[in-house]
Amino acid sequence: MIEIKNLVKQFGKLRAVDDVSLTVGKGKVVVIIGPSGSGKSTVLRCINHLEVPTSGEIVVDGIVVSQNHKNINAIRAEVGMVFQQFNLFPHLTAIENIMLAQRIVRGRGQDEARKMAMQQLERVGIPEKASVYPSQLSGGQQQRVAIARALAMNPKIMLFDEPTSALDPEMIKEVLDVMMELAKSGMTMICVTHEMGFARNAADEVIFMDHGKIVERNTPQAFFANPHEARAQAFLRQILH
Amino acid sequence: MAPISSSAKSSTQNQFVGKLSQLPWWLIIIILAGLVLFYNFLSNETYVAIFSRVRSGIVLTVAVATVSYFIAIVIGLIVGLGRVSKNPIIYNLATLYVQIVRGVPILVLIFYVALVIIPPMLTLFGIRPATFDFSFRAVIALAVAYGGFEAETFRAGIQSIGRGQMEAARSLGMSYMQAMRYIILPQAVRRILPPLGNDFISILKDSSLVSVLGVNDITNLARLYAASSFRYPETYNTLAFMYLAMTLILSLIVKAIENRLAKSSQ
Repeated sequence: MIEIKNLVKQFGKLRAVDDVSLTVGKGKVVVIIGPSGSGKSTVLRCINHLEVPTSGEIVVDGIVVSQNHKNINAIRAEVGMVFQQFNLFPHLTAIENIMLAQRIVRGRGQDEARKMAMQQLERVGIPEKASVYPSQLSGGQQQRVAIARALAMNPKIMLFDEPTSALDPEMIKEVLDVMMELAKSGMTMICVTHEMGFARNAADEVIFMDHGKIVERNTPQAFFANPHEARAQAFLRQILH
Repeated sequence: MAPISSSAKSSTQNQFVGKLSQLPWWLIIIILAGLVLFYNFLSNETYVAIFSRVRSGIVLTVAVATVSYFIAIVIGLIVGLGRVSKNPIIYNLATLYVQIVRGVPILVLIFYVALVIIPPMLTLFGIRPATFDFSFRAVIALAVAYGGFEAETFRAGIQSIGRGQMEAARSLGMSYMQAMRYIILPQAVRRILPPLGNDFISILKDSSLVSVLGVNDITNLARLYAASSFRYPETYNTLAFMYLAMTLILSLIVKAIENRLAKSSQ
């Protein structure tokens, strides 16, 4: 589904992503962990071209991600992305947030888009918030609307960029529950997160990154029980206390 | 008992003074001056003559201000988008325009546009410059001048919207222009509505500058009347008060819009 070959992203002197190669099969859930500044988010942002890679190749569902504009918009419509800061559109209600891109990108009619939006709001458990503006929603509810917005586009892949990092602790679970349900439903997912419980229970594969490189990749069972690399061991010790 | 009652008295006195100081005295003074002037309009023959002469320019003043304002908004939107463009050619063209227009006094720009730029362009399109009305030239000149200010207002508004909004829109597959149209601009325009409203007040005042082109707005009519009658104080009293009345009404409208926006964004 996603093939990343020798991806490099340079920010000035800093090499944020340093020769990363990664393949994610259909229906797989991959969790990327690592200390902050290790290039996890940048890898994710390169996949839908929010960052332009310095070199390397990314193939999403058979389409090469390149500078070609039509190409990029086509890929972005197939790749849903959920951000740390939710990034809901504050001037639109929850349901309008979910309907807009369906209408202008997918070309769906008003009724079809509305029906799909309600379906997704029910899936994330807040259909009663359809006509509420984002500023009146809690962080957890905002993030669930953001997930519903991405899902309404019928993406083949979902990218999660630290979706729970900006949330109060009591709201993390409601978002993780939605992500868990999504993982079980067979969605292809790449998640950057610090939620080790989610990695343990939902991931098919855990990738540990440090200084822009993939240091270790393994099944969650093996990774958490017995990390090979010293840096991964140190990281886990710190994050699991 | 005495000290208590005296302190109570002074506190009510303080309250009275406090309330007095909260009154919008500036508005009361203007209204009083307006009433005096209005009385003169009705009773003093000189004022009656001046007012009936200058009044005929109000439509032109308002028309010049309004039309050039809307053209300036359109220019401002397009150039403002250019100012945030990543395309270096578009960005530099937009910046060139803004820097030139903002660096030259409006009065000079009006002469320049009306007398230097427009005539050759008219010849280019096969129109005899002499037949092209000067109030049209004035409108275009004022619009070109204000387009530069509006462009910077739009740029500031667009840049005040967080990067995440554009990223979220793009990640849903929207094109850059779709994201601008549906996500960024609606939020930006809401934020810049107060400065845009104030710019309309400014353009109404600056429309007096087009009198140098011989356009018969209220300033020009007043100038001509004063020069022929030597009634300078009466004429310019009237003129100043007409502008003041228009700008005050407009600023109250802008304030009402601001209040409404503040309420709706809560």
